Amino acid sequence: MSSTTPMIMRQGRAVPWLYVGPALIIMAIFVVYPTLRTTYLSFRNDSDSGWASSTCPDSESSCAGIFENYRRAFSSDSGRTALGNTALWLVVMVPGTVILGLLLAVLTDRVPYESLAKSIIFLPMAISFVGASIIWRFVYDPNPRIGLLNAILKLFGADSKAWLATSPPGNTFLLIVIGIWVWTGFTMTILAAALRSIPEEILEAARVDGANEFQVFFRIMLPQLLPTIAVVLTTMTINTLKIFDIVWVLKGIDTDVIATRMVSELYLYNNDGLAAAYAVILILLIIPVMILNIRRFNAEEAAR
Amino acid sequence: MSKQMRDRIVLVLNRIPVNVAVIGLCMIWLIPTLGLFVTSFRPQEAVTKSGWWTALSSTEADSTAYDQSCAGCHGADLKGVDGVDLSDSALITDQFKGNARRVQLIFRGELENGDPHVPEDMEPSDPAQAATEILAYLEAQTGAGTERFTLNNYEDVLVGYDARGGTYEEACDTEGPTGTRSCEFWKDATRQGAIFRGVLNSFAVSIPATLLPILFAGFAAYAFAWLDFSGRKVLFTILVGLQIVPLQMTLVPIFRLYAQLGLNGSFLGVWLFHTGFGLPYAIYLMRNFIATLPRDLFESAYLDGAGHFQVFRKIVLPLALPAIAALGIFQFLWVWNDLLVALIFLGNKAPVLTYQLSQLVDSLGGGWHRMTAAAFISMAVPVIVFLAFQRFFVRGLLAGSVKG
Repeated sequence: MSSTTPMIMRQGRAVPWLYVGPALIIMAIFVVYPTLRTTYLSFRNDSDSGWASSTCPDSESSCAGIFENYRRAFSSDSGRTALGNTALWLVVMVPGTVILGLLLAVLTDRVPYESLAKSIIFLPMAISFVGASIIWRFVYDPNPRIGLLNAILKLFGADSKAWLATSPPGNTFLLIVIGIWVWTGFTMTILAAALRSIPEEILEAARVDGANEFQVFFRIMLPQLLPTIAVVLTTMTINTLKIFDIVWVLKGIDTDVIATRMVSELYLYNNDGLAAAYAVILILLIIPVMILNIRRFNAEEAAR
Repeated sequence: MSKQMRDRIVLVLNRIPVNVAVIGLCMIWLIPTLGLFVTSFRPQEAVTKSGWWTALSSTEADSTAYDQSCAGCHGADLKGVDGVDLSDSALITDQFKGNARRVQLIFRGELENGDPHVPEDMEPSDPAQAATEILAYLEAQTGAGTERFTLNNYEDVLVGYDARGGTYEEACDTEGPTGTRSCEFWKDATRQGAIFRGVLNSFAVSIPATLLPILFAGFAAYAFAWLDFSGRKVLFTILVGLQIVPLQMTLVPIFRLYAQLGLNGSFLGVWLFHTGFGLPYAIYLMRNFIATLPRDLFESAYLDGAGHFQVFRKIVLPLALPAIAALGIFQFLWVWNDLLVALIFLGNKAPVLTYQLSQLVDSLGGGWHRMTAAAFISMAVPVIVFLAFQRFFVRGLLAGSVKG
């Protein structure tokens, strides 16, 4: 909170609660209660009629008690696939968007049509993931007279492929490409703003001293950008963990991530307990990043 | 050469790789969307016959193949053979209608007297290719060819026409009273299956789901920024944390709650859900903006005897307009583009655009010509909003959102 206490005039004790009350109640119902309830449900069986341990077959020696839903999530093939794919998304998409965003921020800074170029890169952020998925499904179409990718391959004499029907992990990479296409505009915009805040004199001084553009970038710009890059990395990590629509719309062989697996268990198979466990796993992965977020917020407040 | 001039040339040369890289990346970003856009205006037959990238090339039909193989008998004016008037568009339409294979069969065939239709010295090296070129030339000359661009796809998806072939209008012309679905059925664009209905549903969801969080967040943000109450700091820290709760975490309990209240499949349920889920970020963004307003403004207003509601309405709201705009555009696009909430709480009871699109992908019943049109309809609103309010949208996004 701000370092100085706000000035208060003629304020009854109840007045502030009239202002924050309605919002707090709505958030309590729609965010806080469900979060606690889902955590509870993750220890219950799928119909919420008993603890999760009740789903263990009597003969099963590997029952994990009330953690049975978590055992199912971590030991089933579908659960492992989802966890593995989520890791793949993180490993490829987070650095991918940050490196491409950084590259574009630096490059667009040097051309006269900067704002046009940035608008083009940023545009996919405005449309839905479903729309983006359809755009890329069209690019990946197996027919070389329809799909651009196969048409380009044909130009070089290569055979056409049904890209989205290829085997894992290749098909997940094709979906990650879509994610990068959507999110790079976001990383680029944040990094470009940080880039502009570096004083021009420092860069000029280095150039006058004979540093080439690569040295200017790696020795001066990059160190100055590091705090922003850290912010972008955490934000993109959370965004990537939450990726749902692209995988849901273009699901291929074993392309599930945690977010889609959760919805499948809930929506298609009515395995509510297992679904809740996946949701808890998802938020447990996000919480460390959230703590970084809150620390950053408090640091910013302190700096005010 | 002077040093100055040399420096300038070096500078220009140095810029070339940068420009090539930027333009190249922009093309990679733009071309997939361009493909969707062009395809949505192409007739069904054209979409499967040739790539969308050929649709923009010149309209001039190539006469080379015709001149080599046909002009000797049929003449440059297409009327050289009695009884076979190739300049008659009705003839071209009836005989070929885009079917180059039929052209190939005919010109590899024989005349009535047993001679080959095309004399040996006039035979093309690649008959299939020649047939395609000749047909294209004849269609261009007679105007019998299918039009290059059409609005039929848009018309079809708006009314939800999903039969395999033809267009909604053709179905109206041909389908008799015995047809399972009469033209009257298609004419009703407010059916839940029609994309037009999806547009209406999307607006019906998005507009209240944008206004409600702004309203509640505005009041709460004012209190968090300028009023003193116990637990203020703790509550705000929790609120910052709540921003990252994934949708998945809330689906099961709310779904069950709505089942009890009968709110599943209702707009009210979705409005409330988006409001609750949008509030943490909305309050965070608004309070950070309102907290930066000058303190003097509030002090003098309080001294003049203004109450909190007056200060809120007369000072905070007008001054916070940029933040409200940023938040409003962000929230509107988020709700408009959302699939998961619409999938779980509305489904096919009141399908919004994103849900309809995901269904189209699953079935692909509409084919690419219609799917691209439907996708573009869903993208039109966000793209217009984005281009018109780019500055606000970027600001809303950069304030630190990790929503979803």
